[in-house]
Amino acid sequence: MTDRTLDMALPAANSRPSAAARALAALRRLPAPALFGGAVVLFWVIAALTVQYWGLPEPLQIAGKRLQAPSLSHWLGTDALGRDVLSRTLHGAVFSVPVAIGVVAAGVAIGAALGAIAGYVGGVVDGLIMRLVDVTVAFPPILLAMTVAAILGPGLVNAAFAMVIVWWPIYARLMRAQVLEVREREHVEAAVAGGAGHTRVLCVHILPLCWTPILVNATMDFGQVVLLAASLSFIGLGASPPTPEWGSMISEGASRFYNWWVAFGPGMAILTLVLGFSFLGDGLRDLLDPRSS
Amino acid sequence: MTVLDPTPLIDIRDLRVTFNTPRGPAEAICGVDLSLKPGEVLGIVGESGSGKSVAMMALMHLLPPSATITGSVTFHGRELVGAPRAEMDRLRGAKIGMIFQDPLTAFNPVLTVGAQIVEALRLHDAALSKRAAWDRAVELLAEVAIPQPDRRAAQYPHEFSGGMRQRAMIAMAIANRPELLIADEPTTALDVTVQAQIMDVLHKLREERGIGLILITHDLGVVAGAADRIAVMYSGRIVEQGTVDDVFYASRHPYTRGLIAALPRLDGGDGPLTAIEGTPPSLFNRPRGCAFRPRCPVALAPCGEDVPPLRRAGVVESACWRAADLAEVPV
Repeated sequence: MTDRTLDMALPAANSRPSAAARALAALRRLPAPALFGGAVVLFWVIAALTVQYWGLPEPLQIAGKRLQAPSLSHWLGTDALGRDVLSRTLHGAVFSVPVAIGVVAAGVAIGAALGAIAGYVGGVVDGLIMRLVDVTVAFPPILLAMTVAAILGPGLVNAAFAMVIVWWPIYARLMRAQVLEVREREHVEAAVAGGAGHTRVLCVHILPLCWTPILVNATMDFGQVVLLAASLSFIGLGASPPTPEWGSMISEGASRFYNWWVAFGPGMAILTLVLGFSFLGDGLRDLLDPRSS
Repeated sequence: MTVLDPTPLIDIRDLRVTFNTPRGPAEAICGVDLSLKPGEVLGIVGESGSGKSVAMMALMHLLPPSATITGSVTFHGRELVGAPRAEMDRLRGAKIGMIFQDPLTAFNPVLTVGAQIVEALRLHDAALSKRAAWDRAVELLAEVAIPQPDRRAAQYPHEFSGGMRQRAMIAMAIANRPELLIADEPTTALDVTVQAQIMDVLHKLREERGIGLILITHDLGVVAGAADRIAVMYSGRIVEQGTVDDVFYASRHPYTRGLIAALPRLDGGDGPLTAIEGTPPSLFNRPRGCAFRPRCPVALAPCGEDVPPLRRAGVVESACWRAADLAEVPV
């Protein structure tokens, strides 16, 4: 009798919502700020992918008189060489978005792998990896990135490499903490009792339960990477001048206080993208962490 | 046929488990001998902390590295104490299945129940296709009386009720047709009616497949209905052992008698429930001699001298210095 009522409430085996449908349902549960953040991020990602087809003046081309205030023909004015600031700002996404994604992806890959090994294996291996983490995080991030970038020489790729070195330890710590917690759960013991080997226990029974905080942290970190990349470029260690990179554009505009629009475009770009990632990350945390709110 | 096979399926000799703790070594198991014939059901009974689970975890190699295990455990004549991990991985889940107390936490929450049974199957039979393994998983769920097994297999553990989860856990444990099933308090987390269903499933398995079963429980009632033999554990030792009837009706150990007396009875009138006074001793500070002496109603001064060995007393084996005297006193 009880079984019958239960069974009637059961969905048919093939009516389990598809992954896409579930993702859409999750999206609908996102709070409004997160949706806004997601929209902003999406805008910049689309800009990074398609800006060359938008019919804007070339970012390196002299499009008008120098240092013109924003007008209908140049929405964000022109810079000291007469290049269109709006075009340069939008083209900046072509550098900033891939750098953010690349640095965070590499940081997560390296950090999560090392953290998982440290947490699962323990002992000496754990000690070695975590001391390396401690040493790395002991430096202020910008200083470490500057040092590495200075050693490698200026350039966006070198700056990205430097930022990966700054970023992986956070994920190693997060992952290690998660693995330490999950590995003690009974289902892991049950898997071992079922004959699962080390690799299988770690990859099938522990890691899939460890991603939530890393995902949330990574989303927020995209913005931080954008900021750090711009900072490195600002002080001349990232992209070099003709490149329409936000940091170096602000650097060019910083000395021209009365021509505020030169720095305004890239400044707003950084602001919106960082804020967008933050809002999105906050929303994801609310969605994925049952303890918050 | 297997039931008549005289060689034991599993044979435990002088098993000792010591945990290295910051407070010093704690001997959780101090010399346990047990054996189980194929198709036999052995109930291990004892209070929390008596070492019954630790003993089973020791033979399954599930204890943390801080545990030192000595003695001998042979499964089909193969030594398990000190066996390498690879060898244990081939045995665990294939020849020896294990059922855990809390079926919710014992399932991986992010995989469907079917997927987990499929994994258990394919882990020990690499040649099995995913499709075939899924069909087997559905069959197994049907075998443990889960309604609509094809739909249930596609669900996650949290979508199951407690009793169904435990049945699914059993299905997973028997997936590779083990010869020995270790059930660690399989019914403790369940309510009484569901307990009966689970015991039914286990009973059927034993009848139909001749699986040897070690049933760990603190509930004498569960053992009474299901087991052939009982081993009573107290403070890391077996204090009494015998067939179910013999232990229930001719116990020669005051601890077992206390447990039996503590069982609530339907015909017991309105009086208060009997309890054994006191608590089990700390592992760091066991009393000299018989560990049960401080709580024992019949203890004499010499009981504090030496640890009583497990010896034949009447129809059972008892580790009590006064086992002979207890013959006079009816249970």
